[in-house]
Amino acid sequence: MINSEETNTIIQKPKLPDSPEIKLHEKSLSRTMIIAVFIGLILITGYTLTHLDTAGVQINQAFKELITTLNQMFLQPNAGTDGVTLLLQALGSSLLLSILTTIIGAVFGFLFAVLASKNLTNAYLGAGIRVVMAIIRAIPTIIWALIFSIVCGLGTTAAILGLSFHSVAYLTKAYSESIEGIDNSTIESLKVTGAKFWVIIFQAIWPTIVASFVSWTFIRLEINFANAIAVGAAAGAGGIGYQLFVASGMSFDFHETGFIVYLVILVTFVLEFIAVKIRRFYLNR
Amino acid sequence: MQSPAKFLKHKGWHQTTIIALVGGIYVLGSWFLKFDNLNGLLAIPKAFAWLGVNFRPTANSMEYLPRIWQKLIQTVLLAISSTVVAAIISIFVALLGSKVTGINGFVQTLVRGVASFFRNIPLVAWSMILLFSFKQSDFTGFLALLLMSIGYLIRAFMEIIEDEASETMLALKATGANYFQVIFQAVLPQILPSILSWILYMIENNVRDATLVGILTGTGIGFIFDIYYKSFRFDAAGMTVLAIIIVVIGLETISNQIRKVIL
Repeated sequence: MINSEETNTIIQKPKLPDSPEIKLHEKSLSRTMIIAVFIGLILITGYTLTHLDTAGVQINQAFKELITTLNQMFLQPNAGTDGVTLLLQALGSSLLLSILTTIIGAVFGFLFAVLASKNLTNAYLGAGIRVVMAIIRAIPTIIWALIFSIVCGLGTTAAILGLSFHSVAYLTKAYSESIEGIDNSTIESLKVTGAKFWVIIFQAIWPTIVASFVSWTFIRLEINFANAIAVGAAAGAGGIGYQLFVASGMSFDFHETGFIVYLVILVTFVLEFIAVKIRRFYLNR
Repeated sequence: MQSPAKFLKHKGWHQTTIIALVGGIYVLGSWFLKFDNLNGLLAIPKAFAWLGVNFRPTANSMEYLPRIWQKLIQTVLLAISSTVVAAIISIFVALLGSKVTGINGFVQTLVRGVASFFRNIPLVAWSMILLFSFKQSDFTGFLALLLMSIGYLIRAFMEIIEDEASETMLALKATGANYFQVIFQAVLPQILPSILSWILYMIENNVRDATLVGILTGTGIGFIFDIYYKSFRFDAAGMTVLAIIIVVIGLETISNQIRKVIL
């Protein structure tokens, strides 16, 4: 017979193992940094928003006005006094401006990128070009356009030079990052065969980066189109940006503003569509 | 199988066509825009010579420095706050609209469309419309930058969520966690570093864009540059540009250091 006392001694409660507490989050520098930066950013935002100068505008009133304006813009667009032909012409010239400056940017950007990449040239030349490009990039496009407009006069020449300067600097950085991502053995193996510098560039570097070259160039084309509008508006360089500025800031014709905005959106959609197609073509080759 | 000679010939034709096409577009484009390439090229050294003479800050321009500095700090603060507010809004919208965490197909398409729409409305249009209702104040600049950033950040965040968080999400779903647990315990912690990296990029970008918004709406550093520039006080304008360069490169360096630690 098994009595109850014996069963008690046999079935014992298992002892909990002396395990350390499970940590849900590992402490690391990265985690601390993320939290610190987020807290810092939110504190700055809080400070700024509470000290924001609203120039005594009644916010409710202003929002109501804004909704009326948006309604006029997006629901009742029309070509206004300028007419469709003029606006389309202006749109075309802005688009050409952005294509032209992107071509200039791509050609010079590639040259400078080759000279600035760490795996191709000596360190001093590369560092020098990178510093100059960083400075050029730090100055906003609109300021470049204003600077050039003093020498060339207001107009397309100043706009083209201003946009090109920023494009070259931007693309130099983008391309040279792609070039630096290339496996060093590709370059080494061509060097061993005695290939010259430019042969290496066009037979080894160029075919390897062509897909990312195309993507970056089209990204810049989209940025340049936006910048062409901005330069047209703020530096009086003509094009659709100028029309937009006049319609929204001088004649207050928000119907026309809406029409122009729709035109611009249409062009950016087309640009994005073409970019996706061409990128896919180069990626699949 | 192609012979090497045939392949090279084909490749040669391909390259020639592309170069001819791009060259043709360039020549036609310069003709349409009446862009004189030679004069344009000559203008570059002239412009730099002019910059060297007129934009050089003199002892006199030092007195502008406090005012420039104050406006510049104000602009940077505006850029930061508009980016942060845009990020907070965008993260929720991106969660609703991304393919992995989204509610349904209709909402996903809607979010994509709205983001694309906001992104592609020119900054000039935003600035001018807002200027009309909100007058010449910092709040106008803040709103213009905010609306622009929202469009960019929604798209960026959605791509980050789709790229990085889908596997972690599946793992947590398999344990039986509910939707909110999945979002707060898997998705958000996973994507936080990439999101921060994008926020930092957007801040840099907004400081540069704030110059344009400032010129158009009369706020911040853009306004002060415009005033000096149009009243021919070029030494002060040069000082402003110099200050912008220092701040932008400084911000870039700081965010690169932060990126190195977090990524």
